[in-house]
Amino acid sequence: MTGVTYLEAIRQAMWDEMERDENVVLLGEDVGLYGGAFKVTAGFLDHFGAGRVIDTPISEEGYTGVAIGAAYQGLRPIVEFQFIDFIANAFSMVTNFAAKSRYRTGAGVPIVLRGPAGGGVRAGPFHSQNPEMHFVHTPGIKVVVPATVADARGLMKAAIRDEDPVLYLEHKKLYRHIKEPQESLDAVDDVVPIGKASVCRKGKDIVLVTYGAMLHTALDAAEILAEEGIDLEVIDLRSLVPLDKECVLEAVRRINKVMLLHEDTRTGGMAGEIAAILAEEAFDDLDGPIVRITAPDTPVPYAASLEDAFIPQVQDVVRAARTLHAY
Amino acid sequence: MTEVIMPQMGESIAEGTITKWFKVLGDVVERDEPLLEISTDKVDTEIPAPDSGVLSEIRVPEGETVPINTVLAVIGGEVSDVAPAAATPEVEAPVAPEPTPPATTPAAAAPSSSPSAGLRSSPLVRKMAAEQGVDLSLVNGTGRGGRISKKDLLDHLETRNAAPAPRPQPSAPAPTPSASVAAEAPSPALSSGDRVTVEPMTKMRKSIAEHMIVSRRTSAHVTTVFEADVTRIVQLRAENKALFARDGVRLTYTPFFVRAVVGALGTFPLLNASIDGDSIVYHKDVNIGIAVALDGGLIVPVIHRANEKSFLGLARAVNDVGERARTKKLTMDDVQGGTFTLTNPGPYGGLFGTPIINQPEVAILGLGGIHKRPVVVNDGIAVRSMVYLALSFDHRLIDGALGDQFMADVKKRLENWDEKIL
Repeated sequence: MTGVTYLEAIRQAMWDEMERDENVVLLGEDVGLYGGAFKVTAGFLDHFGAGRVIDTPISEEGYTGVAIGAAYQGLRPIVEFQFIDFIANAFSMVTNFAAKSRYRTGAGVPIVLRGPAGGGVRAGPFHSQNPEMHFVHTPGIKVVVPATVADARGLMKAAIRDEDPVLYLEHKKLYRHIKEPQESLDAVDDVVPIGKASVCRKGKDIVLVTYGAMLHTALDAAEILAEEGIDLEVIDLRSLVPLDKECVLEAVRRINKVMLLHEDTRTGGMAGEIAAILAEEAFDDLDGPIVRITAPDTPVPYAASLEDAFIPQVQDVVRAARTLHAY
Repeated sequence: MTEVIMPQMGESIAEGTITKWFKVLGDVVERDEPLLEISTDKVDTEIPAPDSGVLSEIRVPEGETVPINTVLAVIGGEVSDVAPAAATPEVEAPVAPEPTPPATTPAAAAPSSSPSAGLRSSPLVRKMAAEQGVDLSLVNGTGRGGRISKKDLLDHLETRNAAPAPRPQPSAPAPTPSASVAAEAPSPALSSGDRVTVEPMTKMRKSIAEHMIVSRRTSAHVTTVFEADVTRIVQLRAENKALFARDGVRLTYTPFFVRAVVGALGTFPLLNASIDGDSIVYHKDVNIGIAVALDGGLIVPVIHRANEKSFLGLARAVNDVGERARTKKLTMDDVQGGTFTLTNPGPYGGLFGTPIINQPEVAILGLGGIHKRPVVVNDGIAVRSMVYLALSFDHRLIDGALGDQFMADVKKRLENWDEKIL
């Protein structure tokens, strides 16, 4: 099938924004001459020039600091982490400087921090992580996790235009795995507002709340369950900060049973946070336990069999849904 | 051929419930693939297939509880043509037969809160039940371990709303949906403000309201009032109180009245009957309901087979049901199956009341207060302990003459008490 891939959508959104606004610049390791480790920025150096497409040394802390400084000077930098795992090296820059700037000094830091996240490509514990919760826990930074081609484009444009730091997590397994025809992209808004969840499938028996690549696991499971007469509603959060809790609450109040699915590890994960919100605000609407389906609390394994066991699979969702449905 | 057995999930576990079969008859299963899910007192767990092959027999359907080591299914045999396991009668869990209540329909005047205790549901179901005035002990739970789910409650509501009358009464005026007005009353139009306070009825209040209205619509109430001289009984009680107390029994007047009524019911069995359509149902057991006032309501526990009890046994039973009514320890059986009810409107000085029949019974006796009064005895005036007894009966079945003959018999038994009570 021809069509626009998830990777192409990210690339196109950045391209459009750099065309639209000359203050948008790009920096990171190998983003220029090499075109990015995953070729997301191939062609950018030739088109926009070395002044706006900047290859940096291998120093995440250094170039994140540079981006924050540049933002203070009026630019709108996009910072690429070759693998998002390495944002850990820039942790202080992101959490202490970028996230707190507006609170400390009144100065917004309009930067986008982006990079490939997630597992399923046999890349092991340093190149497969889902670090969102470090930043969800840090007030002052928005976190978006596109799961579809249209959202990859729309959330990137929204992130670049935002006046505050946005962490944009792109799932490396989706890069060339999902496509949408250009016509269907042309038919929807090219900017997706940050903080709005999306109901990807209407249902009446169980609400399944998820985000990122797990959306596709959820939708596959919903197909199987539909044949058994279990009707899943699937919500893609799209943004973790700010969280569209009204969307989730509305669905839970209507459907009364809920499962929370993510690829990130369990303890301190987004599912736990949403479970707490539901327990506080929708306790009387629950007709069964709040069910979490997550990776276990271990690093991402190398071995294919172990990585498959680590990442929630379609069958895990199906089994959990059967149990909850019968509850 | 490999048998799938109910495993022992812990030392103290004797049985388990099948909550879900993941496979159907004829499916090919792989060894170690999840085959079914079971629920025990301690854990819920998936049971993997012990072998690969065709699932040729499912012997225990979903929802059944069976002892450990029971064969649940067979893998690798011939697939039989018999209907799926759900219809196989011989493997149904041994369920104790429902004790057949003497009345054709159980007549719980006001469900106690205790039958609901231990029911499993969910926050949502409890909220909906409170809003809809549903007694959850009447809802059939189909969830895991008999849990009541939203669907179960909705099914129950659908059934209830389709048939609002508590029981078919072809000979009675057709019950209208408003018979259950109390349970389905719309939200009050008023809300709390300066001059009124509005609060929702409790479950018990709604239930009483519903039962009272249904009884008024069902029976043709007539009340007859007799006066009895119970001086002898007042003396007997005073003389024997201490002796009974030694046996741990608080001797009240109630067992005397129960005794007299039970005797009279033996003579006039129609007062111990009920109506079922165009038929009269005579009950061989005499099960006496005793109305007990509670905070914000009342309940009628039943002394079953009161005709088979000694006086001491009756006195003890009266104490027991009263105590358990007040401490909310009655079971469903305790409030079902009554054939005649005693109520006691006298303790605050009332002379007599005109009680409402406890359906589907046909008569109820109200005991007034016992008061000393000047009474003409042998053309002289004596001070005697007197009581008014008011019998409400269902004129559909009992005519005035019969009601009065019954009351005359009760009166005679009370006034000429000659039984040793200890």
